[in-house]
Amino acid sequence: MSAPPHLKIHVSDLHKSFGRKVVLDGLDLDVARSESVVVIGGSGSGKSVLLKCILGLIRPDSGSIQIDGRDVTDLRGSERDELMLKFGMLFQGSALFDSLTVWENVSFGLIQARGMDRDAARETAIAKLAQVGLAPDVGMLYPAELSGGMQKRVALARAIAADPEIIFFDEPTTGLDPIMGDVINDLIVKCVKELGATTLSITHDLASARKIAHRIAMLHEGKIIWSGPVASIDRSGNPYVDQFIHGRAEGPIQMQVSR
Amino acid sequence: MSSAAPIEPPVLVRVLAPVGRVFLGFLAVVGSISVFTFRALTHCVTPPFYWRLTLRQMMDIGYYSLPVVGMTAIFTGMVLALQSYSGFSRFSAEGAVATVVVLSMTRELGPVLAGLMVAGRVGASMAAEIGTMKVTEQIDALTTLSTNPFKYLVAPRLIAGFLMMPLLVLVADSIGVFGGFLIGVNKLNFNPANYLTRTFEFLELKDVVSGLVKAACFGFVISLMGCYHGYNSRGGAQGVGTATINAVVSALMLILIFNYVITELFFSQ
Repeated sequence: MSAPPHLKIHVSDLHKSFGRKVVLDGLDLDVARSESVVVIGGSGSGKSVLLKCILGLIRPDSGSIQIDGRDVTDLRGSERDELMLKFGMLFQGSALFDSLTVWENVSFGLIQARGMDRDAARETAIAKLAQVGLAPDVGMLYPAELSGGMQKRVALARAIAADPEIIFFDEPTTGLDPIMGDVINDLIVKCVKELGATTLSITHDLASARKIAHRIAMLHEGKIIWSGPVASIDRSGNPYVDQFIHGRAEGPIQMQVSR
Repeated sequence: MSSAAPIEPPVLVRVLAPVGRVFLGFLAVVGSISVFTFRALTHCVTPPFYWRLTLRQMMDIGYYSLPVVGMTAIFTGMVLALQSYSGFSRFSAEGAVATVVVLSMTRELGPVLAGLMVAGRVGASMAAEIGTMKVTEQIDALTTLSTNPFKYLVAPRLIAGFLMMPLLVLVADSIGVFGGFLIGVNKLNFNPANYLTRTFEFLELKDVVSGLVKAACFGFVISLMGCYHGYNSRGGAQGVGTATINAVVSALMLILIFNYVITELFFSQ
C-alpha cells in the first residue's frame, strides 16, 4: 500500500515500547511536500522517539514509515546512508562535533558523504554561516568557544548545508532566551522558505510552534490526538489541546509527578 | 489491593534464580559484544576507509604512549636484572641473568605491561570520548549526516590498536633489555660484550613473535572495549564515567586471560 504522491512523509500505525513502557501506540502522521508540521506534546510523550524512528536511529516495533512513497522502515546500511542524504536534522543540544572547527562541522556532510573537496566545502560552509547570521571568522573557532545561541545557529547551518529536502527540528528553541529563540525561529522560517524544504519539528514551545508551523499536531500517549492548521489551534475544541496551550496543570492530561 | 498471598517458591528455586539471572545477564553481554565485534570487523574491511582518522588514532595509541610504555619497560628490565641476579646467585647461576631478562621481556612482561599501560591510557580515553559523543547525540548526528559511526569512529580505532601495539611492544622489549643491560654492566659488573652475547644466545624468533602476537591481540581488545563501552554508554556524565571504568577493567581482565591462552597455544607441548 503506497502513500498518495503529494505526501513526503507517511507514517502509519507506528508502535514502539521500551520494556513495558509504551511510547508510540499506533501513531499516524502525514507530512505533505513543502509543508511544515510541528508536533507538540508534553515531556515524555514520545516526540523524540517519533523523530528517531523516522530517521532510523530507533527501530520501531511495528508500523510503516514511507518517504517519497518508499517504505524505509527497515532500511539499513548503505541504503540508509543514501536516504539520509535527503535529510537535515537540528538536534536539541546542537550535537556539534567538538573535535572539529565550526566550518568543518557545517561542511561535514558535504565532505564525508558527498565527497566535496575541502576548499569548496569551506566556501559553502561560510556562505551557510552567513545565511544564519554568523561572520566568516566564526568558522575557525571550535564549538566549545561559542555561546548556546551561536551553537544553535551553527547546528542550523549544518542541517541546511547540503540543501536537504526534509529537515527535522528537535526542540529548536529549548535552552535559549526568548529573544534568541525568536531569532532562531525567524532563521528557520527564512531557511525553509529559501530551500522549499519539507519540515517536521517537535517542540513544547508554543510561540515557536505558531511561528514555524503550517500545521500543528498534538501527540499524547503515543497517538496524534489532534491536528489542524496553525490558525485553528486556539479553537480546536479539543480539551487536551486547550489544556496544553494554556499550560494548565488540571485537565484531561495527567502528568506523572509522583510514583 | 487484596489478592491471594503469592505462592512461596521452593527454597531451591529461590537460591537458583539469582544464579540464573546473573548467568543470563553474562550471556547477554557476551552476545552483545560478539555482535558489536562482528559489525565492527565488517566495517573495518569494507569501504569507505577514513585514513586520516586511522592515522590520527595510530599517533595517539602508538606515538603518544611511548613515554609511559618506555618508562614501564626500562624499570621492569632493571628490576628484572637485579632480582634474577640476587635470586640466581644463591645457586651460582648469575650467568643466566641476561637470558632471563630478554626472555621475560619479550615473552611476557613487554606485551602484558605495555598492554596494561595502554589499556589505562587509551582504553579510558576512547570510552570517554565515544561515550560523550553518544550522550550528546553526536553519534546520532553522524548518522543523519550519512556517515556510519562504526566506520568513522570504531574501525579506525580497532585498526590502529591492532597495528600499533606490536610496534609499541617491540620498542618496549628493546628498552627493557637495555634496562637490564644498564644494571648488569654498571651495578652487577658484567662484561658488556659478554652480556650482549648472552642476551641473544638463547633468544629464538618464536619468543619475540609470540610477544608480538599477544600485543596485536591486546591492542585489538583495548580498542574494542573502549569503543564498545563508550558506544553503549547512556545517561549523561555518570554513564560516561561507568563506561570508562568498564572499558578499562574489562580490557585489563581480557588481557590477562588472553595472555594465558596465547601462551598456552605457543608453548604447550
